[in-house]
Amino acid sequence: MYEFFTTTNLGIALLIIGQCLLIVVPLLVALAFLLYFDRKVWAAVQLRKGPNVVGAFGVLQSFADFLKYVLKEIVVPAGADRFVFMLAPMLSFVLAMVAWAVIPFNDGWVLADVNVAILFVFAVSSLEVYGVIMGGWASNSKYPFLGSLRSAAQMISYEVSIGLIIIGVIISTGSMNFGDIVRAQDGAGLLSWYWLPHFPMVFLFLISALAETNRPPFDLPEAESELVAGYQVEYSSTPFLLFMIGEYVAIVLMCTLISILFFGGWLSPVEALPDGILWLFAKIFFFFFIFSMVKAITPRYRYDQLMRIGWKVFLPLSLGWVVLVAFFAQYGAFWGAYARWTVGG
Amino acid sequence: MSVADFAFYLFALTTVVGGFFTVMARNPVHSVLWLITAFIGATGLFVLLGAEFVAMLLMIVYVGAVAVLFLFVVMMLDVDFEALKAEMSKSLPLALLIGVILLMELGTIFGVWQFADGAEAARAAVTPALDVAHNTEALGQILYTQYILLFQLAGLILLVAMIGAIVLTLRHRTNVKRQNVMAQMHRDPAKAMEIIDVKPGQGL
Repeated sequence: MYEFFTTTNLGIALLIIGQCLLIVVPLLVALAFLLYFDRKVWAAVQLRKGPNVVGAFGVLQSFADFLKYVLKEIVVPAGADRFVFMLAPMLSFVLAMVAWAVIPFNDGWVLADVNVAILFVFAVSSLEVYGVIMGGWASNSKYPFLGSLRSAAQMISYEVSIGLIIIGVIISTGSMNFGDIVRAQDGAGLLSWYWLPHFPMVFLFLISALAETNRPPFDLPEAESELVAGYQVEYSSTPFLLFMIGEYVAIVLMCTLISILFFGGWLSPVEALPDGILWLFAKIFFFFFIFSMVKAITPRYRYDQLMRIGWKVFLPLSLGWVVLVAFFAQYGAFWGAYARWTVGG
Repeated sequence: MSVADFAFYLFALTTVVGGFFTVMARNPVHSVLWLITAFIGATGLFVLLGAEFVAMLLMIVYVGAVAVLFLFVVMMLDVDFEALKAEMSKSLPLALLIGVILLMELGTIFGVWQFADGAEAARAAVTPALDVAHNTEALGQILYTQYILLFQLAGLILLVAMIGAIVLTLRHRTNVKRQNVMAQMHRDPAKAMEIIDVKPGQGL
Protein backbone atom coordinates (compact mmCIF):
# COMPACT_ATOMS: atom_id res chain seq x y z
CA MET A 1 0.00 0.00 0.00
CA TYR A 2 2.77 2.41 0.98
CA GLU A 3 4.66 1.43 -2.18
CA PHE A 4 1.62 2.19 -4.35
CA PHE A 5 1.28 5.75 -3.05
CA THR A 6 4.99 6.64 -3.24
CA THR A 7 6.22 4.94 -6.41
CA THR A 8 3.48 4.59 -9.06
CA ASN A 9 2.27 7.61 -11.03
CA LEU A 10 -1.37 6.91 -10.25
CA GLY A 11 -0.64 6.49 -6.56
CA ILE A 12 1.26 9.80 -6.37
CA ALA A 13 -1.51 11.59 -8.25
CA LEU A 14 -4.16 10.15 -5.92
CA LEU A 15 -2.06 11.09 -2.89
CA ILE A 16 -1.67 14.70 -4.06
CA ILE A 17 -5.37 15.02 -4.87
CA GLY A 18 -6.16 13.63 -1.43
CA GLN A 19 -3.84 16.16 0.21
CA CYS A 20 -5.42 19.01 -1.80
CA LEU A 21 -8.89 17.93 -0.64
CA LEU A 22 -7.59 17.71 2.91
CA ILE A 23 -6.73 21.42 2.70
CA VAL A 24 -9.60 22.72 0.55
CA VAL A 25 -12.56 21.02 2.23
CA PRO A 26 -11.76 22.00 5.84
CA LEU A 27 -10.84 25.47 4.59
CA LEU A 28 -14.23 25.96 2.92
CA VAL A 29 -16.14 24.56 5.89
CA ALA A 30 -14.14 26.77 8.27
CA LEU A 31 -14.84 29.68 5.97
CA ALA A 32 -18.58 29.16 6.30
CA PHE A 33 -18.30 29.56 10.07
CA LEU A 34 -15.83 32.46 9.78
CA LEU A 35 -18.35 34.27 7.56
CA TYR A 36 -20.99 33.72 10.22
CA PHE A 37 -18.55 34.92 12.89
CA ASP A 38 -17.73 38.01 10.81
CA ARG A 39 -21.40 38.91 10.57
CA LYS A 40 -21.95 38.27 14.27
CA VAL A 41 -19.06 40.55 15.26
CA TRP A 42 -20.28 43.20 12.91
CA ALA A 43 -23.79 42.91 14.33
CA ALA A 44 -22.58 42.99 17.93
CA VAL A 45 -20.67 46.23 17.32
CA GLN A 46 -23.78 47.78 15.81
CA LEU A 47 -25.99 46.44 18.65
CA ARG A 48 -27.92 44.14 16.32
CA LYS A 49 -28.55 40.43 16.69
CA GLY A 50 -27.09 39.35 13.37
CA PRO A 51 -28.02 36.02 11.76
CA ASN A 52 -29.96 34.03 14.37
CA VAL A 53 -32.62 32.03 12.52
CA VAL A 54 -30.99 29.12 10.67
CA GLY A 55 -29.77 26.50 13.13
CA ALA A 56 -28.89 27.16 16.78
CA PHE A 57 -27.88 30.84 17.12
CA GLY A 58 -27.88 30.96 13.33
CA VAL A 59 -24.63 29.04 12.89
CA LEU A 60 -25.90 27.42 9.71
CA GLN A 61 -26.67 30.78 8.06
CA SER A 62 -23.70 30.48 5.67
CA PHE A 63 -24.94 27.13 4.38
CA ALA A 64 -28.41 28.55 3.80
CA ASP A 65 -26.82 31.44 1.91
CA PHE A 66 -24.78 28.98 -0.11
CA LEU A 67 -27.91 27.13 -1.21
CA LYS A 68 -29.64 30.40 -2.01
CA TYR A 69 -26.79 31.57 -4.25
CA VAL A 70 -26.37 28.24 -6.02
CA LEU A 71 -30.07 27.84 -6.81
CA LYS A 72 -30.51 31.33 -8.27
CA GLU A 73 -30.46 32.11 -11.96
CA ILE A 74 -27.20 33.23 -13.57
CA VAL A 75 -27.82 36.50 -15.37
CA VAL A 76 -25.35 37.56 -18.05
CA PRO A 77 -25.84 41.21 -19.04
CA ALA A 78 -26.41 42.11 -22.69
CA GLY A 79 -23.23 42.95 -24.55
CA ALA A 80 -21.08 41.21 -21.95
CA ASP A 81 -18.11 39.15 -23.01
CA ARG A 82 -19.59 35.80 -21.94
CA PHE A 83 -16.36 33.83 -21.76
CA VAL A 84 -14.35 36.39 -19.76
CA PHE A 85 -17.45 37.16 -17.68
CA MET A 86 -17.67 33.56 -16.48
CA LEU A 87 -13.90 33.10 -16.30
CA ALA A 88 -13.31 36.02 -13.89
CA PRO A 89 -15.07 34.60 -10.78
CA MET A 90 -13.57 31.15 -11.36
CA LEU A 91 -10.13 32.72 -11.64
CA SER A 92 -10.47 34.68 -8.43
CA PHE A 93 -11.73 31.57 -6.59
CA VAL A 94 -9.00 29.26 -7.91
CA LEU A 95 -6.18 31.74 -7.30
CA ALA A 96 -7.33 32.31 -3.73
CA MET A 97 -7.18 28.54 -3.17
CA VAL A 98 -3.86 27.91 -4.95
CA ALA A 99 -1.79 29.94 -2.48
CA TRP A 100 -2.66 27.50 0.34
CA ALA A 101 -0.49 24.85 -1.30
CA VAL A 102 2.68 26.32 0.25
CA ILE A 103 1.31 27.25 3.70
CA PRO A 104 2.73 25.05 6.49
CA PHE A 105 0.10 24.16 9.13
CA ASN A 106 2.55 22.43 11.42
CA ASP A 107 6.22 21.45 11.30
CA GLY A 108 6.41 19.64 7.95
CA TRP A 109 2.66 19.72 7.29
CA VAL A 110 2.79 21.43 3.94
CA LEU A 111 1.53 20.32 0.53
CA ALA A 112 4.41 21.77 -1.52
CA ASP A 113 7.55 22.55 0.46
CA VAL A 114 9.15 24.86 -2.12
CA ASN A 115 12.18 27.08 -1.57
CA VAL A 116 10.47 30.21 -2.87
CA ALA A 117 7.18 29.69 -1.02
CA ILE A 118 6.85 33.31 0.02
CA LEU A 119 7.41 34.52 -3.55
CA PHE A 120 4.81 32.01 -4.71
CA VAL A 121 2.20 33.45 -2.37
CA PHE A 122 3.18 36.94 -3.46
CA ALA A 123 2.92 35.99 -7.14
CA VAL A 124 -0.48 34.38 -6.69
CA SER A 125 -1.83 37.32 -4.73
CA SER A 126 -0.58 39.66 -7.46
CA LEU A 127 -2.59 37.59 -9.95
CA GLU A 128 -5.76 38.00 -7.95
CA VAL A 129 -6.19 41.44 -9.46
CA TYR A 130 -7.10 39.78 -12.78
CA GLY A 131 -10.35 38.35 -11.45
CA VAL A 132 -11.39 41.88 -10.55
CA ILE A 133 -10.24 43.55 -13.78
CA MET A 134 -11.67 40.86 -16.03
CA GLY A 135 -14.98 40.84 -14.16
CA GLY A 136 -15.26 44.61 -14.35
CA TRP A 137 -14.40 44.81 -18.00
CA ALA A 138 -16.45 41.84 -19.20
CA SER A 139 -19.63 43.14 -17.52
CA ASN A 140 -19.89 45.88 -20.18
CA SER A 141 -21.19 48.34 -17.62
CA LYS A 142 -19.94 51.60 -16.13
CA TYR A 143 -19.90 50.90 -12.39
CA PRO A 144 -18.13 47.55 -12.60
CA PHE A 145 -15.55 49.07 -14.93
CA LEU A 146 -14.81 52.01 -12.61
CA GLY A 147 -14.75 49.66 -9.62
CA SER A 148 -12.31 47.31 -11.29
CA LEU A 149 -9.98 50.17 -12.30
CA ARG A 150 -9.93 51.45 -8.73
CA SER A 151 -9.39 48.00 -7.35
CA ALA A 152 -6.52 47.21 -9.72
CA ALA A 153 -4.72 50.46 -8.88
CA GLN A 154 -5.25 49.87 -5.17
CA MET A 155 -4.04 46.27 -5.17
CA ILE A 156 -0.92 47.07 -7.19
CA SER A 157 -0.05 49.99 -4.91
CA TYR A 158 -0.28 48.00 -1.70
CA GLU A 159 1.48 44.98 -3.15
CA VAL A 160 4.60 47.14 -3.32
CA SER A 161 4.65 47.80 0.40
CA ILE A 162 3.67 44.21 1.27
CA GLY A 163 6.58 43.01 -0.87
CA LEU A 164 9.05 45.30 0.89
CA ILE A 165 7.84 44.27 4.35
CA ILE A 166 8.23 40.62 3.38
CA ILE A 167 11.80 41.33 2.21
CA GLY A 168 12.66 42.48 5.75
CA VAL A 169 11.52 39.10 7.11
CA ILE A 170 13.40 37.25 4.38
CA ILE A 171 16.62 39.13 5.23
CA SER A 172 16.22 38.19 8.88
CA THR A 173 15.66 34.52 8.11
CA GLY A 174 17.94 34.03 5.11
CA SER A 175 15.34 31.82 3.48
CA MET A 176 12.10 32.19 1.54
CA ASN A 177 10.61 28.96 2.85
CA PHE A 178 7.73 29.41 5.30
CA GLY A 179 8.90 26.46 7.37
CA ASP A 180 12.33 28.05 7.80
CA ILE A 181 10.75 31.40 8.64
CA VAL A 182 8.71 29.84 11.44
CA ARG A 183 11.62 27.71 12.72
CA ALA A 184 13.79 30.85 12.85
CA GLN A 185 11.29 32.29 15.35
CA ASP A 186 11.61 29.31 17.69
CA GLY A 187 13.32 29.93 21.02
CA ALA A 188 12.02 31.94 23.95
CA GLY A 189 8.34 31.58 23.09
CA LEU A 190 6.40 34.79 22.53
CA LEU A 191 9.45 37.05 22.75
CA SER A 192 11.47 35.41 19.99
CA TRP A 193 8.79 35.86 17.34
CA TYR A 194 9.38 38.42 14.61
CA TRP A 195 6.74 40.88 15.84
CA LEU A 196 9.28 42.23 18.32
CA PRO A 197 12.25 42.97 16.04
CA HIS A 198 9.96 43.90 13.13
CA PHE A 199 7.51 45.73 15.33
CA PRO A 200 6.42 48.71 13.20
CA MET A 201 6.06 46.50 10.13
CA VAL A 202 3.35 44.40 11.79
CA PHE A 203 0.98 47.36 11.65
CA LEU A 204 2.03 48.31 8.14
CA PHE A 205 1.46 44.73 7.01
CA LEU A 206 -1.93 44.57 8.69
CA ILE A 207 -3.09 47.80 7.03
CA SER A 208 -1.63 46.82 3.66
CA ALA A 209 -3.37 43.45 3.95
CA LEU A 210 -6.67 45.25 4.54
CA ALA A 211 -6.11 47.32 1.41
CA GLU A 212 -4.87 44.37 -0.64
CA THR A 213 -7.99 42.34 0.12
CA ASN A 214 -10.33 45.30 -0.46
CA ARG A 215 -11.62 45.19 3.09
CA PRO A 216 -13.10 48.21 4.83
CA PRO A 217 -11.87 50.90 5.41
CA PHE A 218 -10.31 50.40 1.98
CA ASP A 219 -13.28 48.79 0.22
CA LEU A 220 -13.39 51.47 -2.47
CA PRO A 221 -13.73 48.96 -5.32
CA GLU A 222 -17.20 48.07 -4.11
CA ALA A 223 -18.05 51.33 -2.34
CA GLU A 224 -21.81 50.80 -2.41
CA SER A 225 -22.70 54.44 -1.91
CA GLU A 226 -20.94 55.53 -5.10
CA LEU A 227 -20.37 52.45 -7.27
CA VAL A 228 -23.33 50.27 -6.18
CA ALA A 229 -21.07 47.24 -5.64
CA GLY A 230 -18.10 47.85 -7.91
CA TYR A 231 -16.96 45.01 -10.09
CA GLN A 232 -19.60 42.65 -8.66
CA VAL A 233 -22.64 44.68 -9.77
CA GLU A 234 -23.60 42.49 -12.71
CA TYR A 235 -22.87 39.19 -11.01
CA SER A 236 -25.52 37.00 -9.47
CA SER A 237 -25.88 33.45 -8.28
CA THR A 238 -22.85 31.13 -8.28
CA PRO A 239 -20.38 33.52 -10.00
CA PHE A 240 -21.05 36.09 -7.27
CA LEU A 241 -20.62 33.37 -4.65
CA LEU A 242 -17.25 32.46 -6.17
CA PHE A 243 -16.14 36.11 -6.01
CA MET A 244 -17.21 36.33 -2.39
CA ILE A 245 -15.56 33.07 -1.35
CA GLY A 246 -12.40 34.10 -3.21
CA GLU A 247 -12.36 37.41 -1.35
CA TYR A 248 -12.82 35.79 2.06
CA VAL A 249 -10.27 33.05 1.38
CA ALA A 250 -7.80 35.80 0.48
CA ILE A 251 -8.57 37.51 3.80
CA VAL A 252 -8.00 34.30 5.76
CA LEU A 253 -4.78 33.81 3.79
CA MET A 254 -3.61 37.27 4.83
CA CYS A 255 -4.41 36.43 8.48
CA THR A 256 -2.37 33.25 8.07
CA LEU A 257 0.51 35.19 6.54
CA ILE A 258 0.60 37.62 9.47
CA SER A 259 0.55 34.65 11.87
CA ILE A 260 3.40 32.92 10.07
CA LEU A 261 5.60 35.91 9.29
CA PHE A 262 5.36 37.82 12.57
CA PHE A 263 3.68 35.58 15.15
CA GLY A 264 5.49 32.28 14.87
CA GLY A 265 2.99 30.11 12.93
CA TRP A 266 2.50 26.85 14.82
CA LEU A 267 4.85 27.78 17.70
CA SER A 268 3.33 28.13 21.14
CA PRO A 269 3.63 31.51 22.91
CA VAL A 270 4.82 29.92 26.16
CA GLU A 271 7.80 27.61 26.00
CA ALA A 272 6.33 25.09 28.44
CA LEU A 273 3.35 24.33 26.21
CA PRO A 274 3.75 22.07 23.14
CA ASP A 275 3.76 23.60 19.65
CA GLY A 276 1.06 22.53 17.28
CA ILE A 277 -1.49 23.28 14.61
CA LEU A 278 -4.02 24.61 17.14
CA TRP A 279 -1.78 27.59 17.88
CA LEU A 280 -1.79 28.52 14.19
CA PHE A 281 -5.58 28.25 14.09
CA ALA A 282 -5.89 30.37 17.21
CA LYS A 283 -3.66 33.05 15.71
CA ILE A 284 -5.55 33.04 12.39
CA PHE A 285 -8.82 33.32 14.27
CA PHE A 286 -7.50 36.22 16.34
CA PHE A 287 -6.41 38.17 13.27
CA PHE A 288 -9.68 37.42 11.54
CA PHE A 289 -11.42 38.92 14.56
CA ILE A 290 -9.24 42.04 14.20
CA PHE A 291 -10.18 42.24 10.51
CA SER A 292 -13.86 42.02 11.48
CA MET A 293 -13.51 44.70 14.13
CA VAL A 294 -11.74 47.02 11.70
CA LYS A 295 -14.58 46.49 9.25
CA ALA A 296 -17.12 47.31 11.94
CA ILE A 297 -15.56 50.43 13.44
CA THR A 298 -13.85 52.38 10.64
CA PRO A 299 -15.38 54.67 8.03
CA ARG A 300 -14.37 54.33 4.40
CA TYR A 301 -11.29 56.18 3.14
CA ARG A 302 -11.33 58.70 0.32
CA TYR A 303 -9.59 57.42 -2.80
CA ASP A 304 -6.80 60.03 -2.89
CA GLN A 305 -6.10 59.43 0.81
CA LEU A 306 -5.76 55.73 0.11
CA MET A 307 -3.26 56.31 -2.68
CA ARG A 308 -1.37 58.88 -0.63
CA ILE A 309 -0.93 56.49 2.29
CA GLY A 310 0.17 53.70 -0.01
CA TRP A 311 2.77 55.57 -2.02
CA LYS A 312 3.87 58.46 0.20
CA VAL A 313 3.80 56.87 3.66
CA PHE A 314 3.97 53.07 3.46
CA LEU A 315 6.40 52.78 0.56
CA PRO A 316 9.14 55.06 2.04
CA LEU A 317 8.67 53.57 5.52
CA SER A 318 8.93 49.97 4.41
CA LEU A 319 11.81 50.73 2.03
CA GLY A 320 13.70 52.48 4.84
CA TRP A 321 12.96 49.54 7.11
CA VAL A 322 14.48 47.10 4.60
CA VAL A 323 17.71 49.13 4.59
CA LEU A 324 17.70 49.33 8.39
CA VAL A 325 17.09 45.58 8.80
CA ALA A 326 19.88 44.84 6.33
CA PHE A 327 22.27 46.92 8.49
CA PHE A 328 21.10 45.34 11.75
CA ALA A 329 21.41 41.86 10.26
CA GLN A 330 24.86 42.45 8.80
CA TYR A 331 26.35 43.88 12.00
CA GLY A 332 24.47 41.57 14.39
CA ALA A 333 22.71 44.39 16.22
CA PHE A 334 20.40 43.58 19.17
CA TRP A 335 22.08 40.26 19.98
CA GLY A 336 21.50 38.89 16.51
CA ALA A 337 17.71 39.29 16.63
CA TYR A 338 17.76 40.40 13.02
CA ALA A 339 20.08 37.72 11.66
CA ARG A 340 18.81 34.20 12.38
CA TRP A 341 20.58 32.56 9.50
CA THR A 342 21.50 29.29 11.19
CA VAL A 343 18.08 27.84 10.42
CA GLY A 344 17.55 29.06 6.87
CA GLY A 345 21.15 28.50 5.77
CA MET B 1 5.88 9.42 -20.36
CA SER B 2 6.97 10.72 -16.98
CA VAL B 3 5.18 13.48 -15.08
CA ALA B 4 7.92 15.97 -15.98
CA ASP B 5 7.54 15.17 -19.70
CA PHE B 6 3.81 15.62 -19.49
CA ALA B 7 4.25 18.92 -17.63
CA PHE B 8 6.75 20.10 -20.24
CA TYR B 9 4.39 19.39 -23.14
CA LEU B 10 1.51 21.03 -21.26
CA PHE B 11 3.45 24.23 -20.52
CA ALA B 12 5.08 24.33 -23.96
CA LEU B 13 1.70 23.95 -25.62
CA THR B 14 0.21 26.66 -23.36
CA THR B 15 3.02 29.04 -24.26
CA VAL B 16 2.78 28.45 -28.01
CA VAL B 17 -1.01 28.56 -28.14
CA GLY B 18 -1.02 31.67 -25.95
CA GLY B 19 1.51 33.38 -28.22
CA PHE B 20 -0.44 32.39 -31.34
CA PHE B 21 -3.74 33.76 -30.07
CA THR B 22 -2.04 36.93 -28.76
CA VAL B 23 -1.42 37.76 -32.41
CA MET B 24 -4.62 36.33 -33.84
CA ALA B 25 -7.26 37.49 -31.33
CA ARG B 26 -9.65 40.10 -32.72
CA ASN B 27 -10.31 41.79 -29.41
CA PRO B 28 -7.21 43.52 -27.97
CA VAL B 29 -8.24 42.70 -24.39
CA HIS B 30 -8.37 39.03 -25.35
CA SER B 31 -4.92 39.49 -26.86
CA VAL B 32 -3.53 40.63 -23.52
CA LEU B 33 -5.26 37.76 -21.72
CA TRP B 34 -3.68 35.29 -24.14
CA LEU B 35 -0.33 36.99 -23.57
CA ILE B 36 -0.77 36.33 -19.84
CA THR B 37 -1.48 32.67 -20.64
CA ALA B 38 1.79 32.56 -22.58
CA PHE B 39 3.65 34.13 -19.63
CA ILE B 40 2.23 31.54 -17.25
CA GLY B 41 3.29 28.75 -19.61
CA ALA B 42 6.81 30.21 -19.66
CA THR B 43 6.75 30.34 -15.84
CA GLY B 44 6.00 26.62 -15.81
CA LEU B 45 8.91 25.96 -18.18
CA PHE B 46 11.26 27.87 -15.87
CA VAL B 47 10.10 25.79 -12.91
CA LEU B 48 10.78 22.61 -14.89
CA LEU B 49 14.30 23.89 -15.59
CA GLY B 50 14.84 24.25 -11.83
CA ALA B 51 14.93 28.05 -12.05
CA GLU B 52 12.20 28.62 -9.48
CA PHE B 53 13.32 32.12 -8.50
CA VAL B 54 13.27 33.41 -12.08
CA ALA B 55 9.90 31.72 -12.57
CA MET B 56 8.37 33.55 -9.62
CA LEU B 57 9.91 36.85 -10.71
CA LEU B 58 8.44 36.38 -14.18
CA MET B 59 5.06 35.84 -12.57
CA ILE B 60 5.30 38.82 -10.19
CA VAL B 61 6.87 41.34 -12.57
CA TYR B 62 5.40 40.43 -15.95
CA VAL B 63 2.04 38.91 -15.10
CA GLY B 64 1.38 40.81 -11.89
CA ALA B 65 2.54 44.26 -12.95
CA VAL B 66 3.44 44.74 -16.62
CA ALA B 67 0.46 42.85 -18.04
CA VAL B 68 -1.89 44.71 -15.71
CA LEU B 69 -0.61 47.98 -17.16
CA PHE B 70 -1.08 46.59 -20.68
CA LEU B 71 -4.64 45.65 -19.78
CA PHE B 72 -5.24 49.11 -18.32
CA VAL B 73 -4.04 50.86 -21.46
CA VAL B 74 -5.88 48.54 -23.83
CA MET B 75 -9.15 48.80 -21.87
CA MET B 76 -8.99 52.58 -21.70
CA LEU B 77 -7.95 53.19 -25.29
CA ASP B 78 -10.73 54.35 -27.53
CA VAL B 79 -9.29 52.96 -30.73
CA ASP B 80 -11.35 51.44 -33.51
CA PHE B 81 -9.38 48.24 -33.97
CA GLU B 82 -11.47 47.08 -36.92
CA ALA B 83 -10.42 50.19 -38.86
CA LEU B 84 -6.81 49.58 -37.91
CA LYS B 85 -7.09 46.00 -39.13
CA ALA B 86 -8.43 47.26 -42.49
CA GLU B 87 -5.45 49.61 -42.80
CA MET B 88 -3.17 46.70 -42.08
CA SER B 89 -3.83 44.88 -45.34
CA LYS B 90 -2.19 47.76 -47.22
CA SER B 91 1.09 47.42 -45.37
CA LEU B 92 0.98 43.64 -45.27
CA PRO B 93 3.56 43.04 -48.06
CA LEU B 94 6.11 45.30 -46.36
CA ALA B 95 5.49 43.65 -43.00
CA LEU B 96 5.89 40.21 -44.54
CA LEU B 97 9.16 41.28 -46.19
CA ILE B 98 10.56 42.54 -42.86
CA GLY B 99 9.40 39.38 -41.12
CA VAL B 100 11.07 37.13 -43.67
CA ILE B 101 14.33 39.12 -43.48
CA LEU B 102 14.36 38.89 -39.67
CA LEU B 103 13.65 35.17 -39.82
CA MET B 104 16.49 34.64 -42.29
CA GLU B 105 18.87 36.64 -40.09
CA LEU B 106 17.92 34.57 -37.08
CA GLY B 107 18.45 31.40 -39.12
CA THR B 108 21.88 32.59 -40.24
CA ILE B 109 22.93 33.39 -36.69
CA PHE B 110 21.72 30.04 -35.46
CA GLY B 111 23.51 28.24 -38.29
CA VAL B 112 26.94 29.70 -37.52
CA TRP B 113 26.51 29.74 -33.72
CA GLN B 114 29.61 28.63 -31.87
CA PHE B 115 30.97 29.16 -28.39
CA ALA B 116 34.23 31.00 -27.86
CA ASP B 117 37.01 28.97 -26.24
CA GLY B 118 36.62 28.97 -22.51
CA ALA B 119 33.12 30.54 -22.58
CA GLU B 120 31.58 27.46 -20.96
CA ALA B 121 34.30 27.38 -18.31
CA ALA B 122 33.93 31.10 -17.59
CA ARG B 123 30.20 30.67 -17.11
CA ALA B 124 30.56 27.61 -14.92
CA ALA B 125 33.18 29.36 -12.76
CA VAL B 126 30.70 31.89 -11.36
CA THR B 127 27.69 29.56 -11.09
CA PRO B 128 27.58 27.37 -7.97
CA ALA B 129 26.14 23.89 -8.39
CA LEU B 130 22.46 23.41 -7.50
CA ASP B 131 23.25 21.23 -4.50
CA VAL B 132 25.61 23.86 -3.03
CA ALA B 133 23.26 26.84 -3.18
CA HIS B 134 19.59 27.44 -3.98
CA ASN B 135 19.20 29.36 -7.16
CA THR B 136 18.06 32.45 -5.25
CA GLU B 137 21.41 32.39 -3.47
CA ALA B 138 23.30 31.66 -6.70
CA LEU B 139 21.66 34.60 -8.47
CA GLY B 140 22.38 36.82 -5.48
CA GLN B 141 26.04 35.80 -5.55
CA ILE B 142 26.35 36.60 -9.24
CA LEU B 143 24.42 39.87 -9.23
CA TYR B 144 25.51 41.35 -5.91
CA THR B 145 28.98 39.89 -5.36
CA GLN B 146 30.65 39.08 -8.67
CA TYR B 147 29.07 41.68 -10.94
CA ILE B 148 27.94 44.31 -8.45
CA LEU B 149 29.34 47.22 -10.48
CA LEU B 150 27.70 46.18 -13.74
CA PHE B 151 24.46 45.49 -11.92
CA GLN B 152 24.47 48.90 -10.25
CA LEU B 153 25.26 50.56 -13.59
CA ALA B 154 22.30 48.80 -15.20
CA GLY B 155 20.13 50.01 -12.34
CA LEU B 156 21.42 53.53 -12.82
CA ILE B 157 20.55 53.46 -16.51
CA LEU B 158 17.02 52.35 -15.66
CA LEU B 159 16.78 55.13 -13.08
CA VAL B 160 17.81 57.72 -15.68
CA ALA B 161 15.23 56.32 -18.10
CA MET B 162 12.56 56.53 -15.41
CA ILE B 163 13.41 60.10 -14.48
CA GLY B 164 13.44 60.96 -18.18
CA ALA B 165 9.97 59.54 -18.68
CA ILE B 166 8.67 61.46 -15.67
CA VAL B 167 10.25 64.74 -16.79
CA LEU B 168 8.86 64.34 -20.30
CA THR B 169 5.29 63.77 -19.15
CA LEU B 170 5.12 65.95 -16.04
CA ARG B 171 2.85 68.95 -16.44
CA HIS B 172 2.11 70.98 -13.38
CA ARG B 173 -1.41 72.19 -13.95
CA THR B 174 -2.22 75.31 -11.99
CA ASN B 175 -5.98 75.47 -12.50
CA VAL B 176 -6.67 72.30 -10.52
CA LYS B 177 -7.95 72.33 -6.98
CA ARG B 178 -5.62 70.24 -4.86
CA GLN B 179 -6.09 68.44 -1.57
CA ASN B 180 -4.03 69.90 1.23
CA VAL B 181 -3.66 66.84 3.43
CA MET B 182 -1.94 68.54 6.36
CA ALA B 183 -4.66 71.20 6.58
CA GLN B 184 -7.33 68.49 6.41
CA MET B 185 -5.76 66.47 9.16
CA HIS B 186 -5.42 69.44 11.49
CA ARG B 187 -9.06 70.40 11.17
CA ASP B 188 -11.17 69.76 14.23
CA PRO B 189 -14.79 70.47 15.15
CA ALA B 190 -13.82 73.43 17.31
CA LYS B 191 -12.26 75.23 14.35
CA ALA B 192 -14.65 74.02 11.66
CA MET B 193 -17.99 74.57 13.37
CA GLU B 194 -19.62 77.44 15.15
CA ILE B 195 -22.82 76.76 17.05
CA ILE B 196 -25.10 79.75 17.29
CA ASP B 197 -28.12 79.84 19.52
CA VAL B 198 -30.80 81.30 17.27
CA LYS B 199 -33.55 83.13 19.07
CA PRO B 200 -37.10 82.36 17.83
CA GLY B 201 -38.43 84.89 15.35
CA GLN B 202 -35.10 86.69 14.92
CA GLY B 203 -33.00 84.62 12.56
CA LEU B 204 -29.31 85.25 12.22
